[in-house]
Amino acid sequence: MSDMLRQIEPLIPALRRYARALVRNHAAADDLVQDCLERAVSRWDQRREDGNLRSWLFAILHNLAVTQFRRTATRGQHVTIDEANEHEIGQNAVQEQTMIYQEALGKLARLPDEQRAVLLLIAVEDLTYAEAAKVLNIPVGTVMSRLSRARERLQQEIEKPADNPIGNVVRLRSNP
Amino acid sequence: MSNRPITEDDLHGYVDHALEPEREAEVAAYLENHPDVAKRIAAFSDQRSWLRSALAPIAEEPLPPQLNLARMIENRRRRPSSFRWAIAAMLLLSIGGLGGWVIRGATSIPAGGLAALAQEASASYNVYASDRTRPVELRDNTELADWVSSRLRRPVKLPDLTRSGYRFMGGRVVPTAHGPAAMFMYDDDRGDRLVVLTRPMTSDQNAPMAPLSGDGVAGFSWADDGVGYSLVGPPAAGSLRPLANEVRKQVQTI
Repeated sequence: MSDMLRQIEPLIPALRRYARALVRNHAAADDLVQDCLERAVSRWDQRREDGNLRSWLFAILHNLAVTQFRRTATRGQHVTIDEANEHEIGQNAVQEQTMIYQEALGKLARLPDEQRAVLLLIAVEDLTYAEAAKVLNIPVGTVMSRLSRARERLQQEIEKPADNPIGNVVRLRSNP
Repeated sequence: MSNRPITEDDLHGYVDHALEPEREAEVAAYLENHPDVAKRIAAFSDQRSWLRSALAPIAEEPLPPQLNLARMIENRRRRPSSFRWAIAAMLLLSIGGLGGWVIRGATSIPAGGLAALAQEASASYNVYASDRTRPVELRDNTELADWVSSRLRRPVKLPDLTRSGYRFMGGRVVPTAHGPAAMFMYDDDRGDRLVVLTRPMTSDQNAPMAPLSGDGVAGFSWADDGVGYSLVGPPAAGSLRPLANEVRKQVQTI
């Protein structure tokens, strides 16, 4: 039992970061991580001893997030990045303007969900291409093409003029 | 040096520091001779560092109580294993097969368990939260705490949801098939009411938080150390989970 605690606990901060960057909502992201951890605890004995614990946890979390995306999509409340207008994104930033990561999350939100997931797992969470493929249950070739498209798309968002003054401030602080 | 052509995958591998040293050197040499590609790859590298530094603060935030892994493991450990549940279920099924319809009513709800508690909480909510004349019996905190503690024969703490925007209205003792339970009621500025029901558990003495819904109500139920709790409210009241987490945190610090 303490073995489970010792192995999983150090990974919780990364799981939180991934969840929040994926769903952009603080409370919803932590709920996802809580569900993920509860599942991990109850399925601890079913995991492969030699398997990669980090990939296993990210896979559980990712599947929960995808289920939630689908649920909100069918309810019709999901604002896809293409529909989201400047006003909505700007408002969100104002509410949480103290948070340095809001601008990054805003730009990431313009990426399709599957591209954002690949980019986050590889560029931020340091999963290997093979691990990311396993987490997302897709071939490595698909990981590579999504990664490439994600980077091109995010670059366009970064090179666009800043949407609002808060974005400028955050940008200056994170990119001295 | 190999003569393998440089691929897009190599370029991304270069950005992610995922190449073997030899291949990395080959890509570096290639980039030196191809400034346009080099510019694009440098931008991707910058983008990667920017993302990492921008998102780093999220991973440095202190973990909220709801992500307390030690407690989740502890709750799990104290629950009967699913194997034992499976045996119990098989036993019930075979009894059902033999006893037929005689006991069908008795097995519809796990006696005393979390599902029963959730149903009792929903019933209390439906009856009392809609009552505009006398929703609660007692409004005085101290008097109420004394009353329910003596009826439940254990110290009962009144959860405070003020910081979540819900005022304490009062409460009462309500009857259940498993003895007396304490019901507390709260309301917010819009008049939305919440009910928290708690009683000692005969089964499911430790159970992780489980959602409940139906009959126009939503909520969460759980049990810690032999005491069950169920928080019930209108489904439109937004997520009740943070409120349930808050109640759970408060009652655990008795």
